[in-house]
Amino acid sequence: MKITREDINHLAELSNFSLSDEEATSLGKDLENIIKYISQLDELDVKDVEPTYQVFEMENVWREDKILPQDADREQLLALAPESQEHQIKVPKVL
Amino acid sequence: MQIATKDISAVSLVKAALDKAKRCENYNIFVSLNEENALKKAEEIDKKIAAGEKVGRLAGVPYALKDNFLSKEGNTTASSKILEPFKSPITATSVEKLEAEGAIMIGRTNMDSFAHGSSTENSYFGVTKNAKDETRVAGGSSGGSAVAVAKGIVEFATGTDTGGSIRQPASFNGVYGFKPTYGTISRYGVVAMASSTDCIGFFAKSAADLDLLISITSGQDPKDMTTLPDYYNSGGSANDGISQPCAPKLGAQQASPVETGAREAGLANAVVSAPARVIGVIKDFDNDAVSSDIRQTLTDKIAELEAKGHKIVELDMPALKYALAVYYIVVPAEISSNLSRHDGIRYGYRSKDATNLGEVYSKSRNDGFMSENKRRIMIGHFVLSSGWYDAYYLKAQKARTLIIKEYENAFKKCDFILTPVSPNPAFKIGEKVNNPVSMYLEDVMSVPVNLAGIPGLTIPVGETKDGLSLGLQLLGPRRSDKKLLQFAAEITNIKENK
Repeated sequence: MKITREDINHLAELSNFSLSDEEATSLGKDLENIIKYISQLDELDVKDVEPTYQVFEMENVWREDKILPQDADREQLLALAPESQEHQIKVPKVL
Repeated sequence: MQIATKDISAVSLVKAALDKAKRCENYNIFVSLNEENALKKAEEIDKKIAAGEKVGRLAGVPYALKDNFLSKEGNTTASSKILEPFKSPITATSVEKLEAEGAIMIGRTNMDSFAHGSSTENSYFGVTKNAKDETRVAGGSSGGSAVAVAKGIVEFATGTDTGGSIRQPASFNGVYGFKPTYGTISRYGVVAMASSTDCIGFFAKSAADLDLLISITSGQDPKDMTTLPDYYNSGGSANDGISQPCAPKLGAQQASPVETGAREAGLANAVVSAPARVIGVIKDFDNDAVSSDIRQTLTDKIAELEAKGHKIVELDMPALKYALAVYYIVVPAEISSNLSRHDGIRYGYRSKDATNLGEVYSKSRNDGFMSENKRRIMIGHFVLSSGWYDAYYLKAQKARTLIIKEYENAFKKCDFILTPVSPNPAFKIGEKVNNPVSMYLEDVMSVPVNLAGIPGLTIPVGETKDGLSLGLQLLGPRRSDKKLLQFAAEITNIKENK
């Protein structure tokens, strides 16, 4: 399968990457090779097989609906943000 | 492993480890050293010992922490630019458990950025070199941790294994590396890669040391809903899914005890004479794509096990050849979701060039991720996108079921499986880094284990004629971890253990 420049631009948009032209070209080639490799699943018949999404043996691990002490408080978390002001995380204009 | 005592102080152990770390600087093992904190903790342990107070099972033992484990000591960067400024306010559960027993972290080890890679060449902080040959890769993604143990800097190091990231570097550097059953050790506070296959584990110098480390760190954690009840320390339960030992089918042979080094290895609960076991060998892995050194090693080990009274059976597992394709669909899909949180807003690196919110995301992510991170995120979006979901993601999850069934059937015929870890010993730095598919092919024998969630242990088995390390991996059914480590201790040559 051929990966077009349009495909790469679409995947870059989904991934939130601002790729340079050079990077888009080189990643396009890599992605094409990877997709070619994973496409070998085409030859496998899985018609009546159920999918497995996780290998953990338990489902619905419940806990009480109670607020537990947290490992980090608001100020510690805000201190991690590249910019903050008046107890809020600061970002540039949205539009 | 050597713990601190009245005669051997924690400070002397930590100082020796830090000195060795500095002498090995050219290997680029560590992203950061934790000198000041480590020495302070060592002094506290020595004071306790002097006062006759009780100390932990790892008192004063220096260890290395893979750089994707969150702790308040140093920056947790996952060897990436996007997390370079990240100083965690929380500590991983596994790290808390190790430290509660007195272990002392002396430094954070280099890895492929976000654990994406098989060589530790994809690190923002440069390549880690192989312990035996500086022109070759350390393996990956936990390359720094493997070399830290192989060079004798630390007694043990932490690792994460999503598709072989502990077992393959252990094999490349001649140490033990263990990936337990999925859910054995809490993943809370470890940078997420692929949540359905991520496993916490260790590098060490013996199966006995690994046993101690798993027994300390395993168990249910309310902060990680995918942790199993502590089967490891409770000896398993009736419905624990471990198949009955296959050995009784052997007839007279099983009666004769097998000579072992278990007692010398000091593994808790190990017995001096072990029952004969049935060992499965995967037919499909014996082919020309596997180096002759590794095939010879496997043949030799099989002969050795047979000579000791164990039985070998050949396993036909044709679905395993699809495991790598399944892995490179399922794992990128999970990566694309897990890594979307790194957006330059709440923590980590933010691009200075961004003039609006959209650019904060796209420029921070574009600058902050390495090429291999981008490949995997984009592949993930591809296999999950409408139009391709059924052909790739759904099909891969169905194929995953076939792979799991093959292991389940295999473990009806044998107790453990013995296979190579990777098709080749450590390759040259730069040899595969520009060809992602050829790099991925190095994972062909390690990834099926993660898809099935079963435990896998790398045991060092010797060297090539050029002195490169060779390892083999032992696999068992889910929750057979303790038996697997016991068996490894039983079959390990005593002199290899020292």
